[in-house]
Amino acid sequence: MSGIKTLAPKPSELPQQAPRRPPGILRRALRTWRGRIGAAITLAVFGVAFLGPLFATGSGEELNTMPFGPSVAGSLLGGDDLGRDVLSRTLNGGATLLVLAVLATALGLIIGTAAGIWAAFRGGWADTVVMRIVDIILAIPTLVFALLLLSMLGPMLWLVIVAVGLSHAPQVARVVYGAAQDLVERDFVKAVALMGVPSFRIMRREILPNLSTVLLVEVGLRLSYSIIIISGLSYLGFGVQPPTPDWGVMINENRLGLGVNSWGVLAPAILIALLAVGTNILADAIARAGLGEDRANDLPNPDSLGGR
Amino acid sequence: MAVHSMPSRSGAAHHGIQIRGLDICFASGKALVVADVNFDLLPGEVLGVVGESGSGKTTLGLALLGHARSGLRITAGTVMVNGVNVLSQSAHDLRKMRGAVIAYVPQDPASSLNPAIRVGDQLREMLQSHPECIGAGATIESRVNQILGDVKLPATDALLLSYPHQLSGGQQQRVGIAMAFICRPALIVLDEPTTGLDVGSQHHVLETFRQLCRVYNCAAVYVSHDLPVISTIADKVAVMYAGRVVEHGTVERVFGHPQHPYTIGLLRAAPSPDRSETLLGMEGRPPRPGAWPKGCGFYDRCPLGAEECTKAVPSLAPFADQQFVRCIRAGQADNATAFGIRTAPPKPDLGRSNLLEIQGLTAKYGQTAVLQDISFSVQAGECVAIVGESGSGKTTMARCLIGLHSNWIGAVTLDGENLNPASMKRTNEQRRRIQYVFQNPYNSLNPKQDIETILAEPLRQFENLSRKETRERVYQTLSDVALSPAYADRMPHQLSGGERQRVAIARALISCPDILVCDEVTSALDVSVQAAIIEQLRMLQQRLGLSLVFITHNLAVVRSIAQRAVVLMHGEVVEQGPVSAILDTPSHRYTQTLLRDVPRLKERLIV
Repeated sequence: MSGIKTLAPKPSELPQQAPRRPPGILRRALRTWRGRIGAAITLAVFGVAFLGPLFATGSGEELNTMPFGPSVAGSLLGGDDLGRDVLSRTLNGGATLLVLAVLATALGLIIGTAAGIWAAFRGGWADTVVMRIVDIILAIPTLVFALLLLSMLGPMLWLVIVAVGLSHAPQVARVVYGAAQDLVERDFVKAVALMGVPSFRIMRREILPNLSTVLLVEVGLRLSYSIIIISGLSYLGFGVQPPTPDWGVMINENRLGLGVNSWGVLAPAILIALLAVGTNILADAIARAGLGEDRANDLPNPDSLGGR
Repeated sequence: MAVHSMPSRSGAAHHGIQIRGLDICFASGKALVVADVNFDLLPGEVLGVVGESGSGKTTLGLALLGHARSGLRITAGTVMVNGVNVLSQSAHDLRKMRGAVIAYVPQDPASSLNPAIRVGDQLREMLQSHPECIGAGATIESRVNQILGDVKLPATDALLLSYPHQLSGGQQQRVGIAMAFICRPALIVLDEPTTGLDVGSQHHVLETFRQLCRVYNCAAVYVSHDLPVISTIADKVAVMYAGRVVEHGTVERVFGHPQHPYTIGLLRAAPSPDRSETLLGMEGRPPRPGAWPKGCGFYDRCPLGAEECTKAVPSLAPFADQQFVRCIRAGQADNATAFGIRTAPPKPDLGRSNLLEIQGLTAKYGQTAVLQDISFSVQAGECVAIVGESGSGKTTMARCLIGLHSNWIGAVTLDGENLNPASMKRTNEQRRRIQYVFQNPYNSLNPKQDIETILAEPLRQFENLSRKETRERVYQTLSDVALSPAYADRMPHQLSGGERQRVAIARALISCPDILVCDEVTSALDVSVQAAIIEQLRMLQQRLGLSLVFITHNLAVVRSIAQRAVVLMHGEVVEQGPVSAILDTPSHRYTQTLLRDVPRLKERLIV
């Protein structure tokens, strides 16, 4: 009968060891095989695009073999329609595409997120106006929208970013709006609003951080769409202009020689496809890791939290 | 394996229910969720399973139907119902048994009835899938009519042809009970079937249920966290804590002479509508499955805990006739001082003037009036309880006061200053002086901010403090609500429900308001935690001279905290006055009915 406690424990005397914070959503996604494979593919293609120029034997613009000529030493993949080295052009032709895609994705996400949160938070007329504009832009197919802008103003790289970014914005706004609508009804947002905290601060500090899962998934998805659209625009001649090497441009230039030296088309096409698939798998892994995450934070029942 | 269970009085092994050595664990691993459950039930007996959230009581209830929630697995034990082991049945046989031999009444009738199928068709469907249960000489129609009569619903076309959403909550739950009894099962499992109902409907549903168990000679397992409810309907009680039954026996023994410290704590935490006393809460929460200690699971919260408690899990040992206790110190637990003593709460000093005055407040949602001409006042230092059933407009009332609902007319004055209906149009100072605590602490804290950030926000808005001063105020306010400074850098999901609600109260308090509007602040919490929070609020009221507007549907709680009560019905004040007057000698019929229907621990069972 030793050490009998005589008083009911006060809460502050209860065991104090802080439970470990669970890892963030991205970290959790990367613990799954799905996430690792997606991240590995994405990183590999980014590696080819940005480190490739260091390994290329030339700039990819000099003529050093016959048109669609066979592979020779130093040019594993043969020549293209003008007799330029396909390998060099492939290694040099990804960076611009990826930079454009990342910038367009960023632009689309920023505009879309801002519009979505604002519409959900303000409600009323702001909601109606923003979401109807979203509906109108959504009614125009993305590629048509981009082509329209580019054919009116001419093929300029900054315009590619704006066109693709703008075409993403309404779709991002839709998704963010839906998620934010749930959040603005939550009591913690009302609690802060009741103190008279300015709207912008509420949107930035209370709503935005709680959209992180949704936004991470959107980054992955929008990035893969951007890549496809921008390489498509280059293929059509509205993006990167020849003779600068570019994956989209290469597919267009070399399609006539598909039967002679298919590498001219296959090499860039495979890289684009890998990148789209990789970012998609990663986005999927993030979405799965985030599934029910916000829910689990709210459940009063430790039964549903205790599982490993 | 030692099996301790109550001996069946009849001794006939093939009748009634016998549960032996039931273990449930996570499908992915060995961590137990429910361990070593044994009990017997005779036909017609009701077993109440009591415990707080996370104790495994719902998991146990479902296991009796041979079901484990996804992620869980029943790993050992038998559930014998009339001589048949439910757990060894094939999926096909199990499906035939469910509904016919074992039935289930879930917590929320609104979501358990199919919203697209008429009530009559849902009842008939039960008999169509179990034709053997219709009974000799009866037809499906006659049986449906009969069962509706049993649950006191009219067997008219109006009812049979209606869809579930057209019925009230009480009616829906009667239909749920009718569906459970229609096949005359041997065992019914009910999971908090009255939690969402008002006391009036709850009273009637419980009465009907108790009667049906006797008429149909059906054994029932009633899962609930509500001790008074269990004491009115159950014959036996099993108190669960951290997945184990810690005390088991007849209601008279367990509630009348509780031996396990947890049972004693639960009973002392339960408020009573009949006596005005301070409440004794138990903070903390049960250990999570997978993190169970080697010894007694209750050790952390136990006032009698000794070192030997941490060595091994005690066995559920017989203590008296019809009573089993899982505690090595059973019998010594009567040491009342260890649990604190319930005393009459001290009277607060009231200021003479009315701090908050509400006059002729009429509020609308769109065109529908939800509050009609409400008038009352709150003195400085006073706690006024707003009492009413769901739909009485009490939450709207609270939201009008703080300006979250602005579609109202009338006057709300704070110290003689008129308050604008909308919070946005009030001055910072007015906003600071009235603070609000939300009902659900699982919803009112930003999951992405740590506690310090959450608490610093009001200071940033209302006061201009340096970083150091802010931190000091955060620590000081945390200690005001009995949390240590270590909580400052935790995230909300690391806290229990009670701790979250303390943080929510701290957020309201940190800017030194004059009035705290508390909207059902304990209804999302367990009884033991509810008591602790109520006591905390009462102490703060006392110490800081705070005024409280305490919105609640729970009349029992009103006694312990409020000085004056306002009773709302359908958006109108039917009665107001000092708490003792309203609860002892209610003058309005509505208040009388409310009070009569509140489930109570039977007087002889009070510790």
